[in-house]
Amino acid sequence: MLDNQSNHTPIAVGDGAAIPHKSDAGLFTAWRIAFFGSIVLCLFLAFGRPDQYMAIFKFVPDGILITFKVTLGAIVLAIVFGLIAGLGRISSNRFINGTASLYVEVIRGIPLLVQLFYIYYALGRFIKIPDMLSAIIAMAFCYGAYMAEIFRAGIQSIPKGQMEAALSLGMSRRQAMHQVILPQAFKVVLPPIGNEFIALLKDSSLVSILAVSDLLRRGREYASETFNYFETYTVIALIYLIMTLFFSKLISIMEERLNEGR
Amino acid sequence: MKDASRPMIEVCGVSKFYGSFQALADISFTVSDGEKVVIIGPSGSGKSTILRSINCLETIDRGSISVGGMDVSSPKTDICKVREEVGMVFQSFNLFPHKTVLENLTLAQTVVRKRSKKDAEEIAMELLRKVNIVEKAAAYPAKLSGGQQQRVAIARSLAMNPKAILFDEPTSALDPEMIGEVLDVMKTLAQEGMTMVVVTHEMGFAREVSDRVIFMDHGRIVEEGTPEHFFTAPTHERAKLFLSQIL
Ligand SMILES: Nc1ncnc2c1ncn2[C@@H]1O[C@H](COP(=O)(O)OP(=O)(O)OP(=O)(O)O)[C@@H](O)[C@H]1O
Ligand SMILES: [Mg+2]
Repeated sequence: MLDNQSNHTPIAVGDGAAIPHKSDAGLFTAWRIAFFGSIVLCLFLAFGRPDQYMAIFKFVPDGILITFKVTLGAIVLAIVFGLIAGLGRISSNRFINGTASLYVEVIRGIPLLVQLFYIYYALGRFIKIPDMLSAIIAMAFCYGAYMAEIFRAGIQSIPKGQMEAALSLGMSRRQAMHQVILPQAFKVVLPPIGNEFIALLKDSSLVSILAVSDLLRRGREYASETFNYFETYTVIALIYLIMTLFFSKLISIMEERLNEGR
Repeated sequence: MKDASRPMIEVCGVSKFYGSFQALADISFTVSDGEKVVIIGPSGSGKSTILRSINCLETIDRGSISVGGMDVSSPKTDICKVREEVGMVFQSFNLFPHKTVLENLTLAQTVVRKRSKKDAEEIAMELLRKVNIVEKAAAYPAKLSGGQQQRVAIARSLAMNPKAILFDEPTSALDPEMIGEVLDVMKTLAQEGMTMVVVTHEMGFAREVSDRVIFMDHGRIVEEGTPEHFFTAPTHERAKLFLSQIL
């Protein structure tokens, strides 16, 4: 009871990248080898084999920027969708609950790639919006369903007594949710949201099929002109690896900070 | 308008079911202004359920409950208004872990009572002084002992200026050496004339402080009377047995 962390049932999240914790020595070492190894390998390729690789390294950075834009845009929007749907999933209103649950069930039952095509072309058919924006919306719509489950689990992990204490002080349900439950749930959901972010960063490569010039698509463009498939995809893979490893480290640091705080 | 003759809390023929299980069976009692009532009884007898029904954390299936003249069981009543008037202290304290002790006391004051931050803090500090924990105002609840947390919880409830406070086994989660400090705070409140309904296993407290003891078993009120009567000459076998086990 004194240790407020123990009140929260941790949320088990299977997908996403492995986040290197100090306590997991094996993974921690693996992270270091992979991260610094791929940076060294990149440097070696760029400067040791400049005639094959330098041009690739010059061609793809535009794509990195697009990949970031898509990932960031989609995660922010997915959090919004997820919070709304997550609150809907715990609503006592039958209609709201039903709608939110249907959204989650349907989305989770269709492969991400199929949804991307579907939403992208459906959006394109009815409204004229830029390719990248509809790709972001499509990604966010899918990830929102997973996010909803995270928010729902996060809110439900807060002990029942918290809501009761707030209500017994005269707060309305909405005030209690806003002032007492959500701020606590937020702390619980941050790590799994970090996980989703990394998963989304990787899955954002799927938008390369939708005429969005992200990292993977830039690689494909370069490779199909030069026929240097092996070299190009080596570089693409290394860059994705460095990005995901960098962010998983960042998230683990953030998580440690959170656990230290009070 | 306040009807002086009307009791502060009036429980009238209340029954409650969980599925087919009857948790409360035709419970009736009243608590008048300034009265201290202690509810005792074995585990599962419905003590928490009746307390929680009074401030509408549970709904009832039959009967009616009124608090300060407001009909709790009527759908027309604004439940938040009822809860503003009755405080509740839980066995598990239920302090808000993401807020400091001071913020725990000011939150509902500002959000519900619409007091300014400054006024709320002044009231809060005064109450913290009263429960003797003013030095922890800036600490987070996790840094406090159980006894300290419960005293803060009592102060938090007092900050809303309730007309009555319900206590649900306030000392049951505490280490023995901390029970005294919490009971002392409750005794002070009792002396000041606060209307209190206390579910407890602390028979010393019941004897010393209460005006009336209610003994419950299997969702029913089995015996009700003054502490002298109840502790020295209980009428019912169940009450005698319970007392012989607990004393
Ligand atoms: N949500 C619920 N669903 C089903 N049964 C419940 C629920 N809450 C309480 N009960 C049952 O109702 C009965 C009364 O419960 P209550 O919590 O009021 O007992 P109590 O007298 O406070 O006991 P204790 O001393 O253990 O706190 C118990 O038998 C309990 O199992
Ligand atoms: Mg109980």
